[in-house]
Amino acid sequence: MDWLLNADTNGEKFLVMLAAVGLFVVVMGAVLVAVDRPRWVPQWLVVLGFIGPAVLMLVFGLVYPGLRTAYESFFDRNGENFIGFDNYVRVFTQDEFQIVLRNTAIWVLLVPVAATFIGLVYAVLVDRTRFEAAAKALIFLPMAISMVGASIIWKFIYEYKPDQPGVNQIGLANQVLVWLGLEPYQFVITAPWNTFFLIVVMIWIQAGFAMTVLSAAIKAIPDDIIEAARLDGVGGVRMFRYVTIPVIRPALVVVVTTIAITTLKVFDIVRTMTGGQFSTSVVANEFYTQAFTRFNFGLGASMAVLLFVLVIPIVVYNIRQMRLSEDIR
Amino acid sequence: MSAPTTTPTVAAPAPRRLSRTEKRAGDAKTKLSSPWASAIAIALAVLWTIPTFGLLVTSFRPELNIRRTGWWTYFSNPGLTLDNYKEALYGGTSNFSDYFVNSLVITIPAVVIPITLALLAAYAFAWIDFRGRDLLFVAVFALQIVPIQITMIPLLSIYVDWGLAGSFWTVWLSHSIFGLPLAIFLLHNFMKDIPRSLVEAARVDGAGHVKIFFQVLLPLLVPAIAAFAIFQFLWVWNDLLVALTFGSAQNVAPLTVRLAELSGTRGSEWYLLSAGAFIAMVVPLVVFLSLQRYFVRGLLAGGVKG
Repeated sequence: MDWLLNADTNGEKFLVMLAAVGLFVVVMGAVLVAVDRPRWVPQWLVVLGFIGPAVLMLVFGLVYPGLRTAYESFFDRNGENFIGFDNYVRVFTQDEFQIVLRNTAIWVLLVPVAATFIGLVYAVLVDRTRFEAAAKALIFLPMAISMVGASIIWKFIYEYKPDQPGVNQIGLANQVLVWLGLEPYQFVITAPWNTFFLIVVMIWIQAGFAMTVLSAAIKAIPDDIIEAARLDGVGGVRMFRYVTIPVIRPALVVVVTTIAITTLKVFDIVRTMTGGQFSTSVVANEFYTQAFTRFNFGLGASMAVLLFVLVIPIVVYNIRQMRLSEDIR
Repeated sequence: MSAPTTTPTVAAPAPRRLSRTEKRAGDAKTKLSSPWASAIAIALAVLWTIPTFGLLVTSFRPELNIRRTGWWTYFSNPGLTLDNYKEALYGGTSNFSDYFVNSLVITIPAVVIPITLALLAAYAFAWIDFRGRDLLFVAVFALQIVPIQITMIPLLSIYVDWGLAGSFWTVWLSHSIFGLPLAIFLLHNFMKDIPRSLVEAARVDGAGHVKIFFQVLLPLLVPAIAAFAIFQFLWVWNDLLVALTFGSAQNVAPLTVRLAELSGTRGSEWYLLSAGAFIAMVVPLVVFLSLQRYFVRGLLAGGVKG
């Protein structure tokens, strides 16, 4: 039965998959049949049958490991000796991690603002035009692509060839520089600006999300508000500034905070484009590097906890804003 | 979607369907109608499309052309070939066909299992009264904000202890767990919208919870299930972190892992990378384009995961 754990051929792999799904169906079926006797089975057992499996998995896979990681972040690289806050002190004082923290801050500030701005402008511009559906699909498409795929796409845009006679640029960005009479530039390698060129990739992906949600919000603006504003002689850019923006503000807050949270946890782009070299690492990438390539579990754990702690204020702000907007209504 | 993650709640105002006359009346309402507006819109659309288009063209060009000239010179150096795809799929060093199978084998159970478990849990949270229900639901809801990174070191050591590390089982289990909080939350929202009278009527007829769940609720929930299934599908298929941590062995690793690896070790072999990238992208693109409607609906109901 070794193939159950080490499926090597494609046939074995599909067989294991079927076995897993089959096993799951049988177990869940048995649970449901067992609790489907309304008169015989006490209520708590029915509840257990319905939510038990999910709750069990969440406790096993999220709650326990989360607490365990928090605990381990106070230990050294092998998890043997208690070292108090040393890991955290290291993260906040050592030079290499200063860069990581700085980059993370730039990502979290820049991506949500830029993606939301672009998404909003685009949503307004294509709203109720003839090409709306097609135009939206174009911006939307990057959301279906993996971040690894997106990184490859952009790495190709940034591809650099030395500036020598007879050598053509094959990356579009450098070709544009050459057309403009400038020298080709190592977009991905030259610090500190390379971080911004990686951020472009994330903006490219997230703008579609912002556009979709904001477009729905714009369409939901009550007609009478707009009519009233028009009767007062408001139009064009002023309508946008003084009517559209304030009305969709709750949706804007949601979009910005959601993208900020997503951005905080992103590691695929940095990993694929630079592997965290050339001063481009962020906390999420550094977590992986420390925990699984350098095997410094204590330090990796403290990075993960740091990620969690950074997410909390954004979520709190988000919930606060939602409460506020509900109060107004 | 980007990787993937999660904010609570946030239902954006639901889009309202406009009648045709209303639409026409509103035409000029919010539009910034000027040539500048159109120019900006077109510029953005081009900017968002060109990167993908360039790599797509490249993936069909002969290797030598790719190395010597940019894809925009295609018409002065024409040449169309499928060799890059052949090499990427079956060539000894890249062998994407095997990784494609791995991606499929990982994704299907990792979508089916969390949806099933979440449906059952969401049903209990919505339609069975029990003590501590609200508290438990808030707890599940709050779990959405936990970054999955924080779970990985302990989970990996548990998997190693169990002797399961590096098999499909741990990847399925991990993806299922990480998908649950969002799935329960989303499906619960949809489930609560179903009229109470329907459920009550079934109860009066003597139907138990299991019967109500399968016969009354499930058929009505198909759109909601589709919405979440697309999320989970895109998230699992496009995931790198979970796969790299729990299943990076060659016989388990999905396309994303292989692609990221190639980008690191053979980063200048664009004939392989371009074809490989599109092999990895084609399934999610098809799913996404054909089921876009459901995806948008899920998005507006608060479904963003990370």
